[in-house]
Amino acid sequence: MSETHRIAGVAAPLPIGNLDTDQIMPKQFLLGIDKSGLADGLLHDLRFDAEGRLRPDFVLNRPEYRGARILLGGANFGCGSSREHAVWGLQQAGFDAVVAPSYGEIFYFNAMNNRLLLVTLPPEQVQVLMDSVAHGQDKRLTIELGEQIVSTPQGDEYPFDLQPRQKRMLIDGLDMIAMTLRDAAAIDRFEAEHWQVRPWCRVDIARTRARKRGAGLNSVRSQGQALSSEKER
Amino acid sequence: MPATTLYRKLVDSHTVERLDADNVLLYADLHIMNEYTSPQAFAGLAQRGLRVRRPRQQLGVVDHVIPTRPVPIAARTIDIAPAARQAANFAANCAEQGIKLFDVRDPMQGIEHVVAPELGLIRPGMVVLCGDSHTTTYGALGALGFGIGTSEVEHVLATQTLVYRVAKDMRIQVDGRLPLGTTSKDLILHIIAKIGAQGARGYAVEYVGEAITALSAEARMTLCNMTVEAGARAALIAPDAITSDYVCERICDMDDAALAAARAAWRQLRTDASARFDAEHRFDASEVAPYVTWGTSPDQALPVDGTVPPLSDAAGDIERATWHKALDYIGLAPGTPIEGIPIDRVFIGSCTNARIEDLREAARVVWGRKVAPGVRAMVVPGSGLVRDQAEREGIAQVLVEAGFEWRQPGCSMCLAMNDDVLAPGERCASTTNRNFEGRQGRGSRTHLMSPAMAAAAAIAGRIVDIRKESRA
Repeated sequence: MSETHRIAGVAAPLPIGNLDTDQIMPKQFLLGIDKSGLADGLLHDLRFDAEGRLRPDFVLNRPEYRGARILLGGANFGCGSSREHAVWGLQQAGFDAVVAPSYGEIFYFNAMNNRLLLVTLPPEQVQVLMDSVAHGQDKRLTIELGEQIVSTPQGDEYPFDLQPRQKRMLIDGLDMIAMTLRDAAAIDRFEAEHWQVRPWCRVDIARTRARKRGAGLNSVRSQGQALSSEKER
Repeated sequence: MPATTLYRKLVDSHTVERLDADNVLLYADLHIMNEYTSPQAFAGLAQRGLRVRRPRQQLGVVDHVIPTRPVPIAARTIDIAPAARQAANFAANCAEQGIKLFDVRDPMQGIEHVVAPELGLIRPGMVVLCGDSHTTTYGALGALGFGIGTSEVEHVLATQTLVYRVAKDMRIQVDGRLPLGTTSKDLILHIIAKIGAQGARGYAVEYVGEAITALSAEARMTLCNMTVEAGARAALIAPDAITSDYVCERICDMDDAALAAARAAWRQLRTDASARFDAEHRFDASEVAPYVTWGTSPDQALPVDGTVPPLSDAAGDIERATWHKALDYIGLAPGTPIEGIPIDRVFIGSCTNARIEDLREAARVVWGRKVAPGVRAMVVPGSGLVRDQAEREGIAQVLVEAGFEWRQPGCSMCLAMNDDVLAPGERCASTTNRNFEGRQGRGSRTHLMSPAMAAAAAIAGRIVDIRKESRA
């Protein structure tokens, strides 16, 4: 996010519904213990064929979309797995914003926590933007975060909604952990009362483990009937 | 007190403070971690110079990268170097912070969403978070569970809370009884096919109705587990006697008096009669058939006696393009009957369908029969305890005699970020939760179905209708 709160750049249309995070960041890129190297993994199997050659017809491999900063996606973009690597990968590959009709829930919050702007527009408007980018000479779009408007080079404007909290997170980069810890006393007070009222909510994993071990692995108190089919009705 | 839903009651009872109109600071009773979505969270914590606030309310399980080849547990090793490093890093993080870990050679290791409930650590009225989308599983036991990202994992480690946008309420009522040959897996595929992969996006779904209360606790877990594939933030089933019995049989850290008090409290965990839902759906269980996916999204599913739909059935340009891409990938033409599609591999496993009841179902189908020539069939039990129980019940032997590989627990080929991967073009009958492109390996072709259907496919070498095969 630039200091001007404006994202202006080439937008790449990716008209795929339910584009899941497995496709955005495939499994072979999830074995790291830091956040590095994820640009290589972004949309890997769409960008490269089975032999590892660039697919020249894929949108991000076409010269006119080189350096794209905005991705135009289908509905339920980023559904599926919770892997935040999908967001890190988009950012590492140079994307600052996604424009789509809707987003997978976990992906949405992951994006916010990393200040990747997700613009939600009605499907028809996303379609119009995709068409205009695909067929127009000028592939750029401009997103004004302050005014909450996406605009085309032709001057068409598409206002979008954003929760005030999300807007603040994007603009100010709120440190949520520091903010929550400022109120650590409230958590202490909550815990004390909560454990009093709902003692079963406080698990004892060490004791559980020791008891299960002690009982051998045959630890479920009542055994089900072998080869029965309890799920069938 | 205004009438409220079970979901709101669980949120309210865990709200440390309200942050604004939409967001609360939500307290997590239990936070479960795996090796691949937690490393950057631990690193972030260290960078801040913070320690884990409540180490005893954290549970670590190595499950995603672990190999499942059938060597003794004590001899288990991870041969893929980055995966081994990830597991070692996880073990070091847990040890440093005093977090209990079910590590690579632990006999109680398994898939996180199988391990936590079987140890009695998931109880009605709890809030359970985990860096894994299938945390919705715990709604089956009346606990609010949902998946979070790594930044949020870090927040939970540091504060035991989460900044949480409260979801909308959806009720899904399922009347009647599931027909013979169908399971909760078929029910959830039916529901997802009807409401779509984003049909419950933004909602916490509460399941009610005769068909739901008739399900076993484990069958409910399958249902709630896959509700996330309809986009739901959470799934819930109000706790009843089935829930309480299941949970109390497994709890090891409470005495009888505490259990009795808990049971009484759990009976209050239900939606008030006049509570309002933001959305409602109603289904008739008698219309559920054995379901199989035909495409690359869990909502692209059909009854086994159906045929792959024509592109003209798609709604709009993007859906048509999406279906075209799916059919191209899965290698099926419109009009192809689902029944009879030949398969190369069978995978019975995952947090959706690798509990003891799932394995019993599979064993019942294959008992005395043989896996079709040319088909490679694997069973990966959900945990060490499940594996052990299956061996004691004779289920393992039935499966092995039929020609299945009987392997060690783990996420295995559900997401294939370990040694268990399909080859390009291989077609698999799978009891997992996602038929996404490349999910089970690059170019792999996944057909989601129930354990019984997958077992029957293994015997026939093609997708068959369990209702015709059933010897019940």
